[in-house]
Amino acid sequence: MIEVLINSALQLVLLLLLAPLLSGAIKTLKARLQMRRGPGILQPYRDILKLLRKGMVIPETASWIFSAAPYMVFATATLVGLMIPMTTTHAPFSLFGGVLAVVYLLALGRFFLALGGLDTGSSFGGLGSSREMTISAIAEPAMMLAIFTVALGANSTNLSEMAKVAVGQSWRFLAPSQMLAFAALFIVLIAETGRIPVDNPATHLELTMIHEAMILEYSGPYLALIEWGASIKQLVLMTLLVNTFFPFGLSSDWTLQTIGVGLAFYLAKLLMLACMIVLVETTNAKLRLFRVPELLMVAFILGALALISTFLF
Amino acid sequence: MNMLSVSTGFALSVAAYAAGAFGTLACWQKPALARRMCCSFALTGAVLGGFTSVLAILRGTPAVWSVPSGIPLFAFSFSYDALAGFFNLALAIPVAAVSIYSFGYLKGFEGKRNIGLFAFLFNLLLLSLTVVFTAANAFLFLIAWEVMALAAYGLVIFYHEDRETRRAGLLYIIMAHVDAGCLLLGFALLINSTGSAEFSTFRPLAAQLNGGQQTAAFVLFFLGFAIKAGVIPFHIWLPAAHPVAPSNVSALLSGIVIKTGIYGMARIFLDVLGGVPSWAGLLVLIVGVVSAVLGVLYALMEHDLKRLLAYHSIENIGIILMGLGAALIFRVAGHPTLAAVALIAAMFHTLNHAIFKSLLFLGAGSVLHSTGTRNMEEMGGLIRPMPVTAFCFLIGAVAISGLPPLNGFVSEWLTYQTLLAGFGAIPGLTRILFPLAGSMLALTGALAAACFVKAFAITFLALPRGTESRNAHEAPRSMLTGMGWLTLACAVLGLGVTWFLPVFDAMTEQLLGQRVSSHLVSGHGLVLSAGMRTGGTVSPLVIAVGLLVLTLPAAFLVAIGVRRFGRKRGPVWDCGLPRLSEENEYTATAFSKALRMIFSVLYKPRREIQAVFDVSPYFPKEIRFESEIEPTFEKRLYAPLQEFIFRVSSRMRTIQAGSIHAYLAYIFVTLVLLLLFGVRK
Repeated sequence: MIEVLINSALQLVLLLLLAPLLSGAIKTLKARLQMRRGPGILQPYRDILKLLRKGMVIPETASWIFSAAPYMVFATATLVGLMIPMTTTHAPFSLFGGVLAVVYLLALGRFFLALGGLDTGSSFGGLGSSREMTISAIAEPAMMLAIFTVALGANSTNLSEMAKVAVGQSWRFLAPSQMLAFAALFIVLIAETGRIPVDNPATHLELTMIHEAMILEYSGPYLALIEWGASIKQLVLMTLLVNTFFPFGLSSDWTLQTIGVGLAFYLAKLLMLACMIVLVETTNAKLRLFRVPELLMVAFILGALALISTFLF
Repeated sequence: MNMLSVSTGFALSVAAYAAGAFGTLACWQKPALARRMCCSFALTGAVLGGFTSVLAILRGTPAVWSVPSGIPLFAFSFSYDALAGFFNLALAIPVAAVSIYSFGYLKGFEGKRNIGLFAFLFNLLLLSLTVVFTAANAFLFLIAWEVMALAAYGLVIFYHEDRETRRAGLLYIIMAHVDAGCLLLGFALLINSTGSAEFSTFRPLAAQLNGGQQTAAFVLFFLGFAIKAGVIPFHIWLPAAHPVAPSNVSALLSGIVIKTGIYGMARIFLDVLGGVPSWAGLLVLIVGVVSAVLGVLYALMEHDLKRLLAYHSIENIGIILMGLGAALIFRVAGHPTLAAVALIAAMFHTLNHAIFKSLLFLGAGSVLHSTGTRNMEEMGGLIRPMPVTAFCFLIGAVAISGLPPLNGFVSEWLTYQTLLAGFGAIPGLTRILFPLAGSMLALTGALAAACFVKAFAITFLALPRGTESRNAHEAPRSMLTGMGWLTLACAVLGLGVTWFLPVFDAMTEQLLGQRVSSHLVSGHGLVLSAGMRTGGTVSPLVIAVGLLVLTLPAAFLVAIGVRRFGRKRGPVWDCGLPRLSEENEYTATAFSKALRMIFSVLYKPRREIQAVFDVSPYFPKEIRFESEIEPTFEKRLYAPLQEFIFRVSSRMRTIQAGSIHAYLAYIFVTLVLLLLFGVRK
């Protein structure tokens, strides 16, 4: 019991602190690749701190749903973070919700955020909500298929169990089904975290925005919660990818040494995945909205192929 | 003693409904009295029925009684077993809420409509439902089935002045009779091979049916029950008939009447026939997937709030059929434990859908009551005048979207686990269907969430789009109480699922010989697990508490910020234009535009824009916009069918010339033919 509490507390701290850092790292890497200096790796912390110390403007048309949404986004993302193994195979809350709960909790946060976007009565909010719900809806089957492939291999939807099985066969990611599932999930990751080529996190042109349009009316601490929540969600999804497919460094022991090694490996893996994302973001242009389904269809087919290839290999 | 109490409870509940039906009809001239009688008798019947069902479930073994009627093959045979008990429970919970709701809702009928007649049909419907769930004689079942269809028809066309209503009623009654016809043939097949119409005599003989008979029985029963359940492609009556009925009736129609189809499948396929071939199970699963995905896709395109909800009923029936199909497959494949889990998933979703769909229809009823329109494009901002209704509708929307920690999530989670387990349990390539069905369930869930974002936000949030919604008012207390009860049920069945699971034990033991609830609960009763093979666990209660606890520090941060740096209300960003109005708001049509484009192969959308302008086309004075999607099934399947029937009918007119001599000749020839047949046998 105490162990679970300590584990939860540690993972919570790691989650809250690492998420903005990861966002900052991705931004800096991207800037470097584009021969810019970039805002610095710590910028997301400064942004959040700044926003927390701003006054808030609530639209006149908004109801309590508008105010509830940031809390839901933040709480769901953080709770999901506790269900995912980060540095060891023990995720503190893995017993209370597996990968299905992760997907559906993130959907709960998105549900409220979309309501918040529509609550203002602004067309931009509606536009963002509509697009966000659409894209997530078409991303969902691909995501589930890829996840099922991994879950069926591990005979469990419990993320700690899945990680343990993965640790037992570290080189499993070379199997075609795993590679295909990884590719499918990578595409879904890009769609879910709102990155190029699906959405542009840096855009400020209303008509092309998705996530940014939905949260256009948020300000001050609410915006801080949403941004923080979004970066936690990104960290969680990236963790899901690196730890289920590349379980290197994950240990089921609970000593200072294994945690240290685990943390080092974990950060390295995250950095690699961040590099991949940056590479994709820099070498691609944003797709037209109605091209995005085709990309996600590719992900779905990859997921289906992954599933079928479990028969073959 | 216990058996006596089950039969007594059943009799009392039926008597209450009968009193509600006939007693209220007798005092139709006193509207206020009729209204109170209608609702109190229905409520009494529901409470008694609910207690009886709990008794029967606790008892486990079926309570059976039979009164001979003197007519061959027909007897008043009842079997109140665990399956009957479960469906009676699923009947009692929404009926109790709808009855309380109707105290206030029917007030609007006073002086305008015949409440006595309404009460008669309403209570008769409840009575026939109770009998359908307990009948153990094929003819008793069919009579109750027919009474149910007719009572529902009467309620569907209650606003018969509308042409749309009458047309919907006609469509409904035609489909209801096609399904009754299929069932009659199906039962005739069983009666023919057993010589009795009692369900108990079907059971031992069902196994001796040959392949052809088995196939025919399955197809006939499946058609009959699938039409009643509104499964695609037999669904067209459902989105037509459910919305035009009074809202409290819509709640019952979608909540429980279509579930008689599910009940029938469970009763006939699992109990009476004792299993169906595995291709039949696969068919049920595939039909379920198609219904779920297409149901939600059509729902997304609706901006009539009640039609939208009706399409979601099709979707949820699809989800239920996924679980049921899996249960049928596992049973044949020799995995009774897995079949039990699949059955629990299906039945739990049946109950959950009964609850949240009634809740949503009641919410839509309050909105309709207050604004007088079903068109979402004229609503908006209703969360301010109707805060309680909005809250209840929101909970229903979260539940139906399958989002944690409410009941919809739990039953969908169980369905996922079942489908995943199917991959490991079924040999051969067909097992690939299970994860694919799972991914389609994911698509369904995500689209449902998108649809309910639309339904809730366009109806309740932002600015009102019409004068009616500007002058909206909250529903009376009785209506709110009815909705509140169902809202509570959504939360309790979600958070307390581990305590509720033993309810299914008696049913799974009766149908599959397995008690699995204890395998599904771990972690001091807090954690729901999928049991065998796929180890997955979830705890809705811990998720709910976790969300609350994690909200606290966030709320603390915000509170500090607000205290030090203030918080004020301001206008919405309007791109520098003079003040946004409701005309700038996103609409339901706009919200679903992206999906309409993406799935345009299915929808074949058509739109027409006409602009009137003086000088430049950039400054139109007036714009008319029209957009519609192609009703594929109506156009491609039913229109040709209708044409065919008309063509055949007009041919047949030649033999119906109106000459009495010709008719006498027909009768004579028929008699001779029948005699010939009779003699030959």
